[in-house]
Amino acid sequence: MEATVVRTGTEGKTWGGGNEPLKASYGKMMMWFFILSDALTFSGFLAAYGFSRFKFIDSWPIADEVFTHFPFLHGVEAPMYYVALMTFILIFSSVTMVLAVDAGHHMKKGKVTFYMFLTILGGLVFLGSQAWEWNTFIKGDYGAVKTTGGNILQFVDTEGERVALSDVAIPIQGERVEHESNTGVWFESGSDLPSYSLEEVKAGFMQNENVLIRTQILTENGEKTVLSREESIAALNNDGIGIVEGANLVENEYGHPLFADFFFFITGFHGFHVLSGVLINIIIFFNVIIGTYERRGSYEMVEKVGLYWHFVDLVWVFVFTFFYLV
Amino acid sequence: MAHDTTHNDHGSATKRIWIVFAILSVVTIIEVILGIIKPEFLTQTYLLAMRLLNWIFIILTLYKAYYIAWAFMHLEHETKGLRRAIVWTGVFLISYLIFILLTEGNYIYEVYKGGHMAWDF
Repeated sequence: MEATVVRTGTEGKTWGGGNEPLKASYGKMMMWFFILSDALTFSGFLAAYGFSRFKFIDSWPIADEVFTHFPFLHGVEAPMYYVALMTFILIFSSVTMVLAVDAGHHMKKGKVTFYMFLTILGGLVFLGSQAWEWNTFIKGDYGAVKTTGGNILQFVDTEGERVALSDVAIPIQGERVEHESNTGVWFESGSDLPSYSLEEVKAGFMQNENVLIRTQILTENGEKTVLSREESIAALNNDGIGIVEGANLVENEYGHPLFADFFFFITGFHGFHVLSGVLINIIIFFNVIIGTYERRGSYEMVEKVGLYWHFVDLVWVFVFTFFYLV
Repeated sequence: MAHDTTHNDHGSATKRIWIVFAILSVVTIIEVILGIIKPEFLTQTYLLAMRLLNWIFIILTLYKAYYIAWAFMHLEHETKGLRRAIVWTGVFLISYLIFILLTEGNYIYEVYKGGHMAWDF
């Protein structure tokens, strides 16, 4: 073989080949460039959210009023505590991950195993929390009336406290029939009936002098506009076309449907990253246990999945700010 | 190889991790407190067409992002070249994207507001 090697006379020089100017292995560098491109994808989503928000800057939902729930605390207004908790869970699982990487540098198999386990646990708890958050968001809270123009009208009392549809509506007998498969020859699935019909809500609203309507429009102080009683009656009778309960991709009781769309899309895409992060962590976790990296003499794989895991945490820091704080 | 760039003695590395964790926690707690009480003087003051409070949130977020990338993702131990390839590319493209989309969003808002089409009905 010696004979086929061409000597160029540049061995040991910068251009002689075999240099690693970035002093990082191929795998680690590629993980970094994947993370960079993934960061651009997430910024695309977040910037699109910003675009839509700037487009409807005077009528965007206020996040504090949307995410007010905490598990096991029914009826208690707890704006942001829950997301703050989720943020801590994710940051902490990042800490255990970096501790695992550090233990890997010192070839301590037991410690790597233990910290990887904690990281996986943190990831699973975060995913569960997110499922709960989605469930609460989809089910909705107070309910609202939607208008011809695709906006929503919410109910408040004279103090400005939100009033639920169930407190406004008066049930009317025998009015609503859900379309079911046995009532038609050509059955096409009909939409589910809301808990209350628009007529019931209107009737209740007329009787209750203390209920006012709140629109999507923000005032100078960044609060939602509350209409006077006369304006409220006019708005409900002229504009109301239906009931919205909860949120989905088409309608959203909290305000603009785009808010719900971006919520599902961005937190969903992030949640998918967490899920794949957990799965990759589990694979690496078992590799650590069976001693693959011990034999290889390097725990660099742990470091690479660690990079991905920290990136997921990094993205969440931005999602937290732009969805819940700003 | 990769991990001779991250070698220092064991104790100081773990200490650094816990200090960064403390910084991230404190910043998050400050953000949540500010988000809940929303001090009047911060929401009423505007800087470059945005509330001062929102500027604070964004700056604190970047501060947290810096610590996650530098300490947890070990960017502080990588070579200058790798660090710049990652950070500058991202910062340049993302700033450009944000600038162009927010400008466009604001333009459409003005069109809706000043146009003859009613959309609140």
